Amino acid sequence: MKLGRTLAEKVWEDHVVRRADGEPDLLFIDLHLVHEVTSPQAFDGLRAAGRPVHRTDLTLATEDHNVPTMDILKPIADPVSRAQVDALRNNCAEFGVPIFSLGNAEQGIVHVVGPQLGLTQPGMTVVCGDSHTSTHGAFGALAFGIGTSEVEHVLATQTLPLKPFKTMAITINGALPADVTAKDLILTIIAKIGTGGGQGYVLEYRGDAIKALSMEARMTICNMSIEAGARAGMIAPDETTFEYIKGREHAPKGADWDAAVEYWSTLPSDADARYDAEVLIDASTLSPFVTWGTNPGQGVPLASVVPSPDDFDNETEKTAAAKALEYMGLTAGTPVKDIKIDTVFLGSCTNGRIEDLRAAAAIIKGHKIADGLRMMIVPGSVKVRLAAMSEGLDQIFIDAGAEWREAGCSMCLGMNPDKLVPGERSASTSNRNFEGRQGPGGRTHLVSPQVAAATALRGTLSSPADLEEKVG
Amino acid sequence: MDKFTVHTGIAAPLRASNVDTDQIIPAEYLKRITRHGFEDGLFAAWRKDSSFILNQPAYANATVLIAGPDFGTGSSREHAVWALMDYGFKVVISSRFADIFRGNSGKQGLLTAVVDQDVVEKLWALVEANPETQVTVDLEKSQITAGDVTAKFEVDSYVRWRLLEGLDDVGLTMRHVDQIAEFEAKRPSFKPVTVS
Repeated sequence: MKLGRTLAEKVWEDHVVRRADGEPDLLFIDLHLVHEVTSPQAFDGLRAAGRPVHRTDLTLATEDHNVPTMDILKPIADPVSRAQVDALRNNCAEFGVPIFSLGNAEQGIVHVVGPQLGLTQPGMTVVCGDSHTSTHGAFGALAFGIGTSEVEHVLATQTLPLKPFKTMAITINGALPADVTAKDLILTIIAKIGTGGGQGYVLEYRGDAIKALSMEARMTICNMSIEAGARAGMIAPDETTFEYIKGREHAPKGADWDAAVEYWSTLPSDADARYDAEVLIDASTLSPFVTWGTNPGQGVPLASVVPSPDDFDNETEKTAAAKALEYMGLTAGTPVKDIKIDTVFLGSCTNGRIEDLRAAAAIIKGHKIADGLRMMIVPGSVKVRLAAMSEGLDQIFIDAGAEWREAGCSMCLGMNPDKLVPGERSASTSNRNFEGRQGPGGRTHLVSPQVAAATALRGTLSSPADLEEKVG
Repeated sequence: MDKFTVHTGIAAPLRASNVDTDQIIPAEYLKRITRHGFEDGLFAAWRKDSSFILNQPAYANATVLIAGPDFGTGSSREHAVWALMDYGFKVVISSRFADIFRGNSGKQGLLTAVVDQDVVEKLWALVEANPETQVTVDLEKSQITAGDVTAKFEVDSYVRWRLLEGLDDVGLTMRHVDQIAEFEAKRPSFKPVTVS
């Protein structure tokens, strides 16, 4: 009898253009997202070889990494950033690729734009020269980041030669406690399996706790799969997925919708499907979770203390912990909630969607941020920004003393004017706490939007529950 | 892409795990639109420290990098590979590489040789004791030899073939345009397009 197949295996099989012994499968790519940083050298390669973009109708570009989040209609001040954005615009014009430039109502972070347009759908293959392409796996798509050579390959052929991934089921049983978010869950998973734990795998998140999540929360989870070393993370499509897509600009319409839903409904992993690895997590044991170190696996519950190198059992991790403590300017044993924060950043492809902004605004409403603290609110796209403004969220943030900015990658990655200065400490809803990630010498603690908001009010890493105690 | 068969050179011991691509080349260097000249960005933050391994004259001309586990994690930036190659590295040895970094390396001709951590430890000890040690990486035999250390390394068989032949992927795929067209003709009509 034929063995059952996993979600990832089904999507893979449906995209094989060519299979030959001893060679990788050639997979068809349904959607190729492009941004300014990883594409200029790929377009140059096409130009040098005299090749066109094979499927401009399956390709979409947006400007996000380099763009300022203030004064966006003025020319970009940094000449090098400006040249890179200009190169993207020129390349898209020359090769006929659709682009959402700064000032366009559809501009935003590439991984926010695709889903909000309804371009990301179950069962698709989605690639982008960006490791957080894993975000789109929340729809049951096989979505992963690629390098610039692969960007060129997809532009030229709309395919990629790929070796099959292994599959890992991450099952989260039970219900998440009320104060635990998708961000806390994924940070906990990364701390559990490690930054290399997912290498070579597609992660499939499943179980009751995942089924109960909104699409935006699922995107937060899949987004950080790469931080566990996995190129892709997936969640089986269900009614929540269909409901989110229905009616969006690029969603199937009429008979196509019915055919699509019928196909999408066949995608969830079969009951007898086998995974190469399995991880089980009991949702009820989770609590708000933050990072203390310099990789996303160096995290602890917010209610605990900064660990000591002695807490780790192998030499590599001991050394890494000692190095991280030094870089972060932290002392082992310090309660995490005593860590004072200079800047709170709310945004990024991990947590820059409307639900994230709503969650933070609900906590901040009617309060002021702590003295001397800076809080930046950066919506993930122009659409998210406009939606937030129509709900009055911008005024809640502004009244609290926070900065309300334009859409972009902003302080997630230190490629645009939004940066930390050396020694500055942030609580950030983004995805990477690497040394210097948010600016040279900057110190990053990864947190959920809820923890970010509570931290902004108290000035030290905090959960919303801490706030209630203080305010009474 | 140049063919890769055997490489012999001096090796730099990088005693660090989780060397992410933000460390290999910080984001500020990613704004360039050219494909070469990234050597100044390689390990830019760490190179400000005079004790950093590549600042030590003995390892200045290293062409082999021996790193701790989980090398190349994080961002998909191929610039990390370009920076290593522009600086002069031909081979990185580690017990574990991040997937995207490893894929990018294979496209560019930077050999990522996977060995057990105990082999990494032996090689570290060897090149720290004698920086002049010549490390030979033989792709045909999938073997590293240095001093009294001889070890097999793991490399994807298809990547190995491409490196040995010096073939580029786009050209290889272009041989199958008919099959791509056949596949495209059968795609369901409900699949989205980016143009309206």
